[in-house]
Amino acid sequence: MNLGQAKTFDEFMEGIWRQNPVFVMALGMCPTLAVTVSAINALSMGVATTFVLICSCLLVSLLRRVIPKEVRIATYIVIIATFVTVTDYAIQAISLTLYDALGAFIQLIVVNCVILGRAEAHASKVSPLTAVINAAGMGAGFTIGLLALGTVREIFGNGTLFGISLFGANFQPWVIMVLPPGGFFVLGGWLLLFAWWAKRRDKAALPADKAAEGHQHA
Amino acid sequence: MNAPQPPESSSAPVPPSAPTTPTAAMIRTLGLVATICGLIIVGAYQGSFSAVQENKRIALERAVFKVIPSARSIGEYFATANGVTPASGDTPPGAIRFYAGYDADGKLAGVAAEGAAKGYADVVRILFAWIPECQCVTGFGLVSSRETPGIGDKILVDRDFLANFKELDVRLNADMNALANEVKTVKHGTKTQPWQIDAISGATITSRAVGRGINEAAQALLPRVAPHLDSIRTKP
Repeated sequence: MNLGQAKTFDEFMEGIWRQNPVFVMALGMCPTLAVTVSAINALSMGVATTFVLICSCLLVSLLRRVIPKEVRIATYIVIIATFVTVTDYAIQAISLTLYDALGAFIQLIVVNCVILGRAEAHASKVSPLTAVINAAGMGAGFTIGLLALGTVREIFGNGTLFGISLFGANFQPWVIMVLPPGGFFVLGGWLLLFAWWAKRRDKAALPADKAAEGHQHA
Repeated sequence: MNAPQPPESSSAPVPPSAPTTPTAAMIRTLGLVATICGLIIVGAYQGSFSAVQENKRIALERAVFKVIPSARSIGEYFATANGVTPASGDTPPGAIRFYAGYDADGKLAGVAAEGAAKGYADVVRILFAWIPECQCVTGFGLVSSRETPGIGDKILVDRDFLANFKELDVRLNADMNALANEVKTVKHGTKTQPWQIDAISGATITSRAVGRGINEAAQALLPRVAPHLDSIRTKP
């Protein structure tokens, strides 16, 4: 892997791991908790957000030299709202059942801090290609986060995964998992797991760093 | 002690509040972005319009066919104070939209209409079927609901509750201006009349919402439709 490829890979992986919007930055919690009652809802919301994220970051990056800083937030919101409207029409055209299931949370993508944050902190400062790669990584990270919640909540709360029954007719659903408290429980569980994993990795990296430091001194 | 004075300059100092970007440039940029975004939105709307309309038509047909199983096609109508007219466009003020379900021979199989009432979490919207021959409600489907999963949604699966809608009596009174008996949801196990709905134990609020939704919609719609049934008996 050459330097350019490594940089592109790093740019993409940033949103999936180091700056995961759900598990690290804890952004966009409103749809994260509200729509993740099933895996299909979580996947659809993740894909919709990723589409808006990529398109708005691309346009913001393309227009970055002509957008004055005084009106940048207003401009970003107009751009984001445009792609949310496009997504809204697209979902209505694909499936009204899905559209009803996602409810107002499609329109609320406009105010998802993940998107405005990427436009302001990243896309407005880098080339269109870099902006799109970073946005794709962030979108994938957000989708993974939503899916992690959606699958657990659907399996325990409904006994199904993507609508397919897993445990048969005798399964007694754990209803609280598809209610708002279930969203908090599952999110808390995932955050705990993610934090524990990151800490363990840092601990494992520490002796290697010390050894490298000692070798340098010697 | 006096503060050090800044060195004098020949050019006038720029006031700190002055914008660094000219106003015209800001307006130009916002105009440009708004134009681009406007074009994208209009393009997406035009591109998806026919698919969205088709999806809405299919969803409506499915909903009506579900509550009137013998229906094979539907007709949309407005019920006004002056009679029944075929529906087109938005519902005019004071009119009630309803759907006539026609069987394979094009004869009226039943009438479907929307009802809504406040449930536990939000408004419960239903589509119910009215059969003119028996003057009864024979079924309902959910249009939208945010009731508690596992509790409120029992209205769609609880066999005892669904048995209420085999022939729920909604006969009109002698003057044909209201129901002869108000549709009412009663406490579980206390139903004694054919116009009563036996509530689900543990989901009484949602059960009541279904009863109220049917009662209010039937009280408003049936006195307008029943006298003009002949105009919708066969498929236009």
